[in-house]
Amino acid sequence: MSHTHDHDHDHHHPAGSAPQRHPFQPDDPPPTGHYQLMAVALRELLIEKGVLGADEIRAQIERMDARGPHLGAKVVAKAWSDPAYKARLLADGPKACAELGIELDGMRLTVVEDKPALHNLIVCTLCSCYPRALLGLPPAWYKSADYRKRAVREPRAVLKEFGTELAATTAVRVHDSTAELRYIVLPLRPAGTEGWSEEKLAGLVTRDTMIGVTLPKAG
Amino acid sequence: MTGFPSDDVPELARGVHDMGGLPGGPVDRHEHAVSLWEKRVDALLVLLTRKGVFSVDELRNAIERLGAEAYTAMSYYERWTASIAWNLMQRGVITADELGKRMAEIEAEGRQ
Repeated sequence: MSHTHDHDHDHHHPAGSAPQRHPFQPDDPPPTGHYQLMAVALRELLIEKGVLGADEIRAQIERMDARGPHLGAKVVAKAWSDPAYKARLLADGPKACAELGIELDGMRLTVVEDKPALHNLIVCTLCSCYPRALLGLPPAWYKSADYRKRAVREPRAVLKEFGTELAATTAVRVHDSTAELRYIVLPLRPAGTEGWSEEKLAGLVTRDTMIGVTLPKAG
Repeated sequence: MTGFPSDDVPELARGVHDMGGLPGGPVDRHEHAVSLWEKRVDALLVLLTRKGVFSVDELRNAIERLGAEAYTAMSYYERWTASIAWNLMQRGVITADELGKRMAEIEAEGRQ
């Protein structure tokens, strides 16, 4: 490579020129913190040493950006509409996701199903494990100390903060994720959605309903 | 309130990261956009673990050994960055010296 780092913005290198150093743009501020500098240095060194390619890093970011709760919503809506699919999803999450063209990259996934008297909630108390292939990157609160501490201590109080109040007779089951096993909640299909298309149903399924902090609602 | 076994385990015995079941404050539910530098760090980790340079468990292990003070003070992706650097040094992919020199250069030149 003729230059020492990759670029995500337009920048022209004269052919055969020495490694380029360029000033930062006003709308593109330079890293300020110690670890942001470290992150830039790591990326440059890994590219120079041929461990990673600049294009590979960009492609991974694009892949990351393309993933989001719309994928999980598609799975949930399909499970709501097709009992046979739901059975396959509960039996083998990754395989059922692959049926819809969603690849989990070897991630083990267990789908936990809400019942009229059972509510499921997911957390990763040790860090931030999350079904990224179906929901994208986790929200900041999912990674926060207060959520990690309290989701397993007083889940009903946490749910209340998210506006979710469950009947005292509804059991709450909290699932603590690990790097090897991740969970996603299959919420209850809301009443009043009879005859809805999968697409319309998917519109009710948000990220938070698949984490289990809120419930899907029709209208 | 009684009946929470975790309350009786001293922090030194459980590690700062092992916080499930401890009392805490209200959850800050604000949404935060993931910045470009954070996405890049995330991408580095995904690619490095996919290539087998080191594992996700090793990422977490180094994070858990940052010490309580650093663990609490650093942001999520700052902890990842520190751990990625440590693991790459541990594997001999980079040296502390070249990392330090490169960081000084980047800072001096405002590069990113």
